[in-house]
Amino acid sequence: MDDFIIKALVAGLLVVLVSGPLGCVVVWRRMSYFGDTLAHAALLGAALGIMIDLHPVVSVIFTGTVFSLVLVLMQRNPQLTTDALLGIIAHGSLALGLVILAILQNRGLQVDLMSYLLGDILAVSDRELVWMAGLVVMVLVSLAYLWKSLLSIAVHEELARSEGIAVDRVRLLFMVLMTLVVATAMKVVGILLITALLIIPAASARRFSATPQAMALISVVFGVLAVISGMFASMQWDSPAGPSIVVAAVMLFFISRFSLFAGK
Amino acid sequence: MSISTFDENTEQYLIKVSGACLRIAGRQVLEDIDLEVARGETLTLIGPNGSGKTSLVRLLLGLYKPDQGSVHCRPGLRVGYMPQKLIVDNALPLTVEGFLKLVDGIEFEYLLKVVDQLGIKSLLSRPIQNISGGEFQHVLLARALLRKPELLVLDEPAQGVDINGQQKLYQLIASIRNEFGCGIIMVSHDLNLVMESTDRVLCLNTHICCTGHPEAVTQHPEYLKLFGGTMEGFAVYTHNHDHSHDLHGDVISHEDHDHG
Repeated sequence: MDDFIIKALVAGLLVVLVSGPLGCVVVWRRMSYFGDTLAHAALLGAALGIMIDLHPVVSVIFTGTVFSLVLVLMQRNPQLTTDALLGIIAHGSLALGLVILAILQNRGLQVDLMSYLLGDILAVSDRELVWMAGLVVMVLVSLAYLWKSLLSIAVHEELARSEGIAVDRVRLLFMVLMTLVVATAMKVVGILLITALLIIPAASARRFSATPQAMALISVVFGVLAVISGMFASMQWDSPAGPSIVVAAVMLFFISRFSLFAGK
Repeated sequence: MSISTFDENTEQYLIKVSGACLRIAGRQVLEDIDLEVARGETLTLIGPNGSGKTSLVRLLLGLYKPDQGSVHCRPGLRVGYMPQKLIVDNALPLTVEGFLKLVDGIEFEYLLKVVDQLGIKSLLSRPIQNISGGEFQHVLLARALLRKPELLVLDEPAQGVDINGQQKLYQLIASIRNEFGCGIIMVSHDLNLVMESTDRVLCLNTHICCTGHPEAVTQHPEYLKLFGGTMEGFAVYTHNHDHSHDLHGDVISHEDHDHG
């Protein structure tokens, strides 16, 4: 197998290792639109990174964190729903990102917009793999630390608060973790499809799981299967890798729904 | 919330609210509330819908801060809280055991003891979405008790429980108070049912309408003004059963179940 394909596979597996468990929490807490918003904001982040000559991963994490804080602050205003706020942030930042990228292109800079939108997993470098592995370890360790609090909050926020859980802090930390995952996954499936890797493996895992921990593990299994079969299909039919992985994940979801082996 | 130094010798209360006022979104929700609860004492909050019962509970739990007045707790007070409505999303696979284990720092032995006492041991491995309303209330009560609370705050504990089960649940709560020696603050909409198991009643309608022993409160003009109309023609049918039901609805006959 070619070297770049092995690297691509490793990159994909690294991403689903975190997107699975994190995606479970996203499903439980109904945060998929927030995931989408962070992904859209990532384009602005990447554009800003190119503008001020900063590594895109760093600038994506920075913008994601800033937007999470902005959202938390804006949520205190009860006149607008979170849904509307997310819509403003998501599309505002996507549009601004596109405008900045266009201006940079007009000034003669080489910017491959499609690679941001759809990912460019076959171009992953060794250095990027090290980056990604570091982020993945960081996210997994933090997630293990926050796991019980996140579950408590997903069950009942007020009860969690009354039991002494720092709900606001945990929530913000989780948003930062999602930002890290977006930064990691951007190269693999692109910003348009990041939420898919969060939601679909977790949704596929649901019916096979009796506990939250099982769901997290099984979602990783579904993610791994999607990456491997998606990459294989991509090589077979010369289709773009990121979308192929997502299509594979969707197919696995439907197979899991109709599976005869399913418990219920 | 102002913090005052707590004098162990002169102060007997677990929690004390003085002159508390609360406004939410420009609306006066609570006005000049005074109450205190001591160890081993049960205080029942009653009031019509929108009278501020749940807001007062949130104030007691420290989830809201009063705009005026103060809420003082005994330092290090452990509070067990049973919320009014709790629906666990179907997307979250969680067994009853998993739900109870979300409480920090509990020993499994103690968990088993509590669930045994509440008669829900057989539910432990069931998905929490697949248990009945009555069973769910027992599970919530167990979760509150796992924190070894000195003060139990119960918001409509008998919600979704049938009339028969309600009386049982209130008896259970009274026995818990006797055994654990904790103070209890509970919200109820039906004074007749909690009459026997409560020491004091506080009738709330933004402000405190009246407060005192349950019998006294039922005679109070303010109480009658709030509840008199709806209570007219309604009498609690007191009667004795020759059998009872366990949590699963199975009949337990009194002959072979003599606790006397």
